[in-house]
Amino acid sequence: MSEFQTNSRVIKWIEYRLPIFSYVNEHLVVYPAPKNLNYAYNFGSLAGVMLVVQIVTGIVLAMHYTPHVDYAFDSVEHIMRDVNYGWLMRYMHANGASMFFIVVYIHIFRGLYYGSYKSPREVLWFLGIIILLLMMATAFMGYVLPWGQMSFWGATVITNLFSAIPLIGDSVVTWLWGGFSVDNPTLNRFFSLHYLLPFVLIGVVFLHLWALHHRKSNNPLGIDIKGPQDTIPFHPYYTVKDALGLAVFGVFFALFLFFMPNALGEPDNYIKADPLVTPAHIVPEWYFLPFYAILRSIPDKLGGVIAMFAAIFVLFVLPWLDTSRVRSATFRPIYKQMFWLFVIVCLVLGWCGAKPAEGIYIIVSRVATFLYFAFFGLLPFIGWFERPRPLPESINAAVLKSGGGGAMPEGAAAKAEERG
Amino acid sequence: MRGIGKLVVALSIGLGLAGAAAATPAQAAGEARSPLSRDWPHAGPFGTFDRASVQRGMMVYREVCAACHGLEYIAFRNLLEIGLSEDEAKVIAAEYEITDGPDELGDMFERPGKLSDYYPSPFPNDNAARAANGGALPPDLSLVVKARLGGENYIYSLLVGYEDPPAGVELGDTQHYNPYFAGGAISMAPPLFADMVEYPDGTSATVEQMAYDVTNFLTWTAEPKLEARKQLGVKVIIFLVLFSILMYAVKRKVWAGLH
Repeated sequence: MSEFQTNSRVIKWIEYRLPIFSYVNEHLVVYPAPKNLNYAYNFGSLAGVMLVVQIVTGIVLAMHYTPHVDYAFDSVEHIMRDVNYGWLMRYMHANGASMFFIVVYIHIFRGLYYGSYKSPREVLWFLGIIILLLMMATAFMGYVLPWGQMSFWGATVITNLFSAIPLIGDSVVTWLWGGFSVDNPTLNRFFSLHYLLPFVLIGVVFLHLWALHHRKSNNPLGIDIKGPQDTIPFHPYYTVKDALGLAVFGVFFALFLFFMPNALGEPDNYIKADPLVTPAHIVPEWYFLPFYAILRSIPDKLGGVIAMFAAIFVLFVLPWLDTSRVRSATFRPIYKQMFWLFVIVCLVLGWCGAKPAEGIYIIVSRVATFLYFAFFGLLPFIGWFERPRPLPESINAAVLKSGGGGAMPEGAAAKAEERG
Repeated sequence: MRGIGKLVVALSIGLGLAGAAAATPAQAAGEARSPLSRDWPHAGPFGTFDRASVQRGMMVYREVCAACHGLEYIAFRNLLEIGLSEDEAKVIAAEYEITDGPDELGDMFERPGKLSDYYPSPFPNDNAARAANGGALPPDLSLVVKARLGGENYIYSLLVGYEDPPAGVELGDTQHYNPYFAGGAISMAPPLFADMVEYPDGTSATVEQMAYDVTNFLTWTAEPKLEARKQLGVKVIIFLVLFSILMYAVKRKVWAGLH
């Protein structure tokens, strides 16, 4: 790792007092990353970019939005019609939320596949789950702000879940609402918290990065970095790879943003909230559908709520449920199959969540909910029975062996390292 | 490496499906007939409003729909965006009586509309609207195209889709049968009859033509920035595709030294 050096006297002056330049150099330039990271590892930086996009567009929207039940819907239309490029800000923010979740879900599944939650990265994984929970709370409250029909009724249904808590449930709900129904106090506090939580998110993201850089990235082989021959400097190798990923993802984002900005939304949310008219189907945003399906698959209200929260909190014990010492699914024949089944189960749950809770959909969501938890329940046993394939001796050895566009003499990697 | 490719593909397809499923939850409700499909001039990445049709649609709104339906988010100044001249828009605005005030004596007064005014609601409040419509509330039309599953196709189908009720369907005194409406029983009487408006450009005012025109108009009221959005979108996509290609080349060049 090369020490930070500069000839600029101004930078030296600052550096002596606040070592910010060497810090940036250490974490964004020379930071040693495994040389075999594939494109699945792009989604972490993409998530960071999406957080920034959401905060920037959100700050602009907040300048024109009015958090009052009588004006919220109108102020959103004012943004769409009268504010210069207001439509762009709002569609970017609304679709950006979906993009953020797509990116983060892929990021989480990547972690599951390559065993990124295992020692010594458990705290990194926990921080990730906290980020997910904060994102969900933020997104839920943000969806309430336009004060359309689905905003209002979604808020009513979800806050009512807390009434399932024994004894104090009803009081908790009244406390959350700031009244006896979802009303102006609810909208005000949701706006306040929706503005606050993203900044809490930034804090947790920094802890997440701190934990990452302390123990370094996992990699598709799931084996430890054994020396400088296994790594390459973050810049330019991964800065350029992340830039490529960002550009391609930008095309995907732009397709939704400019050509189907309402495809992921509910038509009902273009109707002003009316506490006297209940929509035929109350559906949450697509990124909550799997959890919504789990909630509805349990016939008991409290049981459903517990199952829904358990579906996320089970991720906290994952590092101990998985007893295999091998991280990457690449070398775990049984776990690999289970992983893909788990992905399918999550998608099926999402599909069920969008359907009315009746007939065949209930049966399918019950089976899928059972399989969701069965995945975690079976993990300890898989670790004992499974015979993993032999691990490569080192990242560098595996990279050289697989070729990846031609073998490279042993010295070249070290040389690349020196260049950084 | 191959596994992860599969992962990304499966996830994006799956999420796409989940998204599509999320967008169509109400289909099961009320077993409505799926809407007719028409080619809309504003559809597709290069779509623009057919201004002549939007203007004719405005006429249909003004002479037919406005009797019961408001257009609260549209100001008369907005009509300049669909190709009306300032004078034409002023004439239309002046046709409406707007309540203004209070004046220096503290009284409200009526005056002709100005460009800065919004379309006034046909009823003073929702209760008055219900009382005049057999208990049903005629929705404001500003956003209706975005507020209904099926969008333009649904609105168009609803307007041309009135039928005699099939045997066994019970309708209330003020209800009518429309198979595109969830449940079939709609409180709005068939609104369009041939030649009920006289188009100044000589277009024949059939029911289909008027429904098509007013739907184009209401698409504009719901999404007035549609053209700007799509035009910017094409530029952004072209830029990002070129940028992706450039970044791909840079990435290959940078990594070439490695393997």
